[in-house]
Amino acid sequence: MLAACIVLLIFGFLLTEAWPFLFSEHGGQLFTDAVWHPTTGQYNLVPVILGTLYTTIGAVSVAVPFALATAIFCQFYAPRWFGRLYTSVMEVLAGIPSVVYGFWGLVVLVPLVASWQGSGASLLTGILVLSLMILPTGTLLAIAALKQVPSEWIQGSYALGLSRWATIKNIALPASGHGMLNALLLQSTRAIGETMAVLMVCGNSTLFPFGLFEPVRTLSANIALEMAYAMEMHRAALYSSALVLMVMVFILLFLNQFQNRLESTANGKS
Amino acid sequence: MMSKAMSQGDRIIQMGLCCPALIICGVFVWLLFDVVSQGISGLSWQFLTQLPADAGRAGGIVSIIVSTFIVLIIALLVALPIGLGTAIWLAEFADEDQTGMAVAVWVRRSLQLLAGVPSIVVGLFGYAVFCQLLGLGYSLLAGGLTLGCMILPLLIGSLEAGLRAVPCTYRINAVALGLSKFSVIRRILLPQAAPALLAGLILSIGRALAETAALLFTSGYVTRMPESVYDSGRVLSVHVFDLAMNVPGGDKNAYATALVLLLGLLLINSVLKKVVNIWAAREN
Repeated sequence: MLAACIVLLIFGFLLTEAWPFLFSEHGGQLFTDAVWHPTTGQYNLVPVILGTLYTTIGAVSVAVPFALATAIFCQFYAPRWFGRLYTSVMEVLAGIPSVVYGFWGLVVLVPLVASWQGSGASLLTGILVLSLMILPTGTLLAIAALKQVPSEWIQGSYALGLSRWATIKNIALPASGHGMLNALLLQSTRAIGETMAVLMVCGNSTLFPFGLFEPVRTLSANIALEMAYAMEMHRAALYSSALVLMVMVFILLFLNQFQNRLESTANGKS
Repeated sequence: MMSKAMSQGDRIIQMGLCCPALIICGVFVWLLFDVVSQGISGLSWQFLTQLPADAGRAGGIVSIIVSTFIVLIIALLVALPIGLGTAIWLAEFADEDQTGMAVAVWVRRSLQLLAGVPSIVVGLFGYAVFCQLLGLGYSLLAGGLTLGCMILPLLIGSLEAGLRAVPCTYRINAVALGLSKFSVIRRILLPQAAPALLAGLILSIGRALAETAALLFTSGYVTRMPESVYDSGRVLSVHVFDLAMNVPGGDKNAYATALVLLLGLLLINSVLKKVVNIWAAREN
């Protein structure tokens, strides 16, 4: 019961803290100002929102093929001991704190990218670290989704003489699609909300990001960076940006639930 | 079960799928090897028992370990009663009538939402409520309370699953013997579900230990040894972050601290596995 109250409380507090900003003459500035420069009263959040979207979409699109390929490999091609070993390794990796990923990205990946192009602390580095961070859980969820495909279907397909690849493509993947999509949405939620890892490797510039090697700043990093010294309107602006972040997460969770409901009605009919 | 002769095409696909798996393994080995090899040189008994000096560049991390423990204990003290209460209600009482079921649906939905809330937003909430509204300032208490809110969804989820796993016949027999609902829960359900509850608890501790963002502006940055729960204190993950980002030349100790953090998590993970195994053995 209390847990439900806490969610309401979080929302309530964010709203009350953001209120003086959102419903003042500044409210519209979030999208119309020239730059995000809160100390001089300019509050354009668009570059930061874009930064969040780019890193998230980038990380998810890097992580998905890897997670999918690995899950298929573990489930259908690899010897069983390998699959089991891989799963338990991934379980351990999923518990590594994001700050460790961020730290490793900072001391290893950033100089690596810098030796290739730019300053190193960039959108690309952020995407790489973030995708690495969501990979273990993503792989675990994908393996779980593949495991849920009834083994009779797989064996039936083999019995009909289909090749292994044809079985995977035509039976296993469509049957586990729902679980896969779930995994994807969950991991996107995680990537959007992630703070520490991206804060440490992305360079945190508030300019519009134009290329892979430009530094970006995400919504969450923005809050972490500026909260320490933010006053009055600036503070309220930060709370508004937390609100924007929450809305993005809620959209993803809502999509997830919507998709679950679609799936259950489809199951009900068949 | 999969003893099917492979065709030529299948072999190529197997190779193709093998590569990503190996690449991922390689990258993670790289990451772990890097942290372990760089961290091990800084790790010593002195490192674990000395106070940090020179903004963390020199000295050890004993005050940081103490702060971490205090924050964890506060978080668990807050989350455990609430979590256990909610889990018992969800598992045992919610299904009894129509309103209970309707409320349970909403409680579950909001728990799902809470699980999805980014930790930095939980941190902002904690800052607004505990630090400012309740006047705790940057303190271990505020950090622990915030962390308690954060681990609630995970804790409730695993506790409820543990309670539901107790066979229904136990409940029916107990009620048939004339036990009250309260004593059924206390004498039968809780002892039976204990390993599962413990597993959920350990899982939550791991999650809490890894958390950084929510603690940045609730428990604060101070590296001194905390004297009471109203003092500000720095936890391990925040220490890694601060050394890496804000302290030039802090890399060596950041590595060592990251290694301590990883070892702690690994320990928790292996304890968790052991508990789950004991539980599974008892089931059989």
